[in-house]
Amino acid sequence: MVTNVTSMGRSGVSDWLLQRASAVILLAYTVFIVGYILLTPELDYSQWRALFDQLWMRIFSLLALLSIVAHAWIGLWVVITDYLTERAIGSKALVLRLLAQGVLALVAVTYTLWGIEIIWGF
Amino acid sequence: MLKVEVYRYNPDTDKTPYTQTYEVDTEGKDLMVLDVLELLKAQDPTLTYRRSCREGVCGSDGMNINGVNGLACIKPLSECVKNNKLVLRPLLGLPVIRDLVVDMGQFYEQFRKVEPYLQNDTPAPAIERLQSPEERAKLDGLYECILCACCSTACPSFWWNPDKFIGPAGLLQAYRFLADSRDNATEHRLSKLDDPFSVFRCRGIQNCVAVCPKGLNPTRAIGQIRTMLLQRAA
Repeated sequence: MVTNVTSMGRSGVSDWLLQRASAVILLAYTVFIVGYILLTPELDYSQWRALFDQLWMRIFSLLALLSIVAHAWIGLWVVITDYLTERAIGSKALVLRLLAQGVLALVAVTYTLWGIEIIWGF
Repeated sequence: MLKVEVYRYNPDTDKTPYTQTYEVDTEGKDLMVLDVLELLKAQDPTLTYRRSCREGVCGSDGMNINGVNGLACIKPLSECVKNNKLVLRPLLGLPVIRDLVVDMGQFYEQFRKVEPYLQNDTPAPAIERLQSPEERAKLDGLYECILCACCSTACPSFWWNPDKFIGPAGLLQAYRFLADSRDNATEHRLSKLDDPFSVFRCRGIQNCVAVCPKGLNPTRAIGQIRTMLLQRAA
């Protein structure tokens, strides 16, 4: 069996399932937000704030945020293991791949923590 | 006169591959591409390609014909020639040995991985392992593969990771034995496929389905394997 410690769930089925589940959540969130904006003609700060003051909206937003992280991780991992490989670009591939993965992890963690602060912080 | 551009490369004498242009008189007939190659071979005996049965059964003459993989022996000119021009290249993604002949080693290695033979550790019955017509019908669309490699070499996932992704041809055969009621190594087979590359590197773009000269559907077989893996794991 081919394994790769940098994949999201270490298993093909797990990544595949997570990719689809997160896609469904992101679709639902996008449809909801776009729908809310379109159906609220005079949207102002207090209304927007009231929406995000509700517990279910905060959970929904956090779920969407975590879904983006998982979805991007799995998707970009596939991309970098296609193109940043020893076969494609030679011996510097490992360093470049781990570097790309590191940047991705840093961005993911930063956005998650920052997002949690924005949604739950005040 | 039909204009034919052929990929030429002889590693003993050529530094890099090049394209050679020939003119062939087809006498207005709708020849098969292999017939054209035979005419070229008479013109230029150094031109090299594989062929054997010349009727789409042996899978020797898979090649890239005007940009699309296919078997030269069963591809009529009327289906591929555009603007009176025919472009012949070796199958993509495999090392070229000479001209249109590629090294199929990597392709066979992936085929070997799926253990493409019946496995059953129960005692053999006196005569044979019986199968109902319904059970047998499940193998239709799977067993007909001739291993010409047209599908796997049309697959970008196989181009990038030919050592890790099994490829459409190998996965079609993997499912052929997973679906066989006489085979009881299902758990063993699935356990070898549950990683991020072997099966899941398939992105479902269906190049394999589009080029298969036997009209088979590897993408559907891959979907079935994925369902089996999900049922096993979830």
